[in-house]
Amino acid sequence: MLLIHCPYCGEDRPELEFRHAGEAHVVRPDPISEISDEEFEAYFFIRDNPKGLTYERWRHMHGCARFFNAVRDTVSDKFVTTYKAGNPKVEIERGEDGIARVKGDGQ
Amino acid sequence: MAEAVATRTSPLDGLIAGSVGVAIAQAAPAHRISLRVGADGIPALNKALGLDLPTEPKKSVTAKSGRMALWLGPDEWLVIDEKGDPMADVAGVDAFFSVVDVSHRNTAIKVAGRGARATLEAGCPQDVTDDAFPIGACSRTVMGKIEIVLMRTDANAYRIECWRSFAEYAFEFLSDAAHDCMA
Ligand SMILES: [Zn+2]
Repeated sequence: MLLIHCPYCGEDRPELEFRHAGEAHVVRPDPISEISDEEFEAYFFIRDNPKGLTYERWRHMHGCARFFNAVRDTVSDKFVTTYKAGNPKVEIERGEDGIARVKGDGQ
Repeated sequence: MAEAVATRTSPLDGLIAGSVGVAIAQAAPAHRISLRVGADGIPALNKALGLDLPTEPKKSVTAKSGRMALWLGPDEWLVIDEKGDPMADVAGVDAFFSVVDVSHRNTAIKVAGRGARATLEAGCPQDVTDDAFPIGACSRTVMGKIEIVLMRTDANAYRIECWRSFAEYAFEFLSDAAHDCMA
């Protein structure tokens, strides 16, 4: 079973306690009533869906119930890092060994 | 005209289960509140409740009166009391908070004995070994197909809170798991 680190509980917890909650860092346009249909489509429906690193919202649904952000590799299904909702987007870099890490975290 | 009498019933009335290693029984009826409050309001609520709400993950406190407060999230607690009504105690508190009486939403099952942990582990994916889940630890988690709130009340004893409508499922699940908990 996949273990996911909840930044609010401060520990790794079984994936059964979590729910995926869509792409992270999608900013709601302000004022939303003045944007065009095309801009609304881009904001509301269009997602990156990359092969590789993706920024996602997750919710510790059956735990502390908090939403948080995660960086996950869609190829390996490995979580690179998780961090609290509202925190700035974490920068990720791939080392020479091909492993993705939080920028500045080493090797 | 006969006077109408309302009798409180539990979905698990009279049921007992277990095996050589574990006893499974419903817990006594209790008052319960779901409490949401930010850091600013905690001192006033501590005073009203007569305990210090735990502010670290998975921690619980039990007051001398038997009243328990379980950390569920960064601003969320479950308060359980088999005697006094915590809803009444917080009613007049002058702070910004939210409280809901969930006394009848939940039912609790007690699982105790040398095989208690193994019984639980049949359906709970969380790490409940001593280091990760010592006596007094508590957590919202899952068991089988349902959400529960788990509390370790003693070395070999757990309290499992689940929604009333899931009580029979939870009880059956634990009864089944008890068969081979000493294997
Ligand atoms: Zn959590």
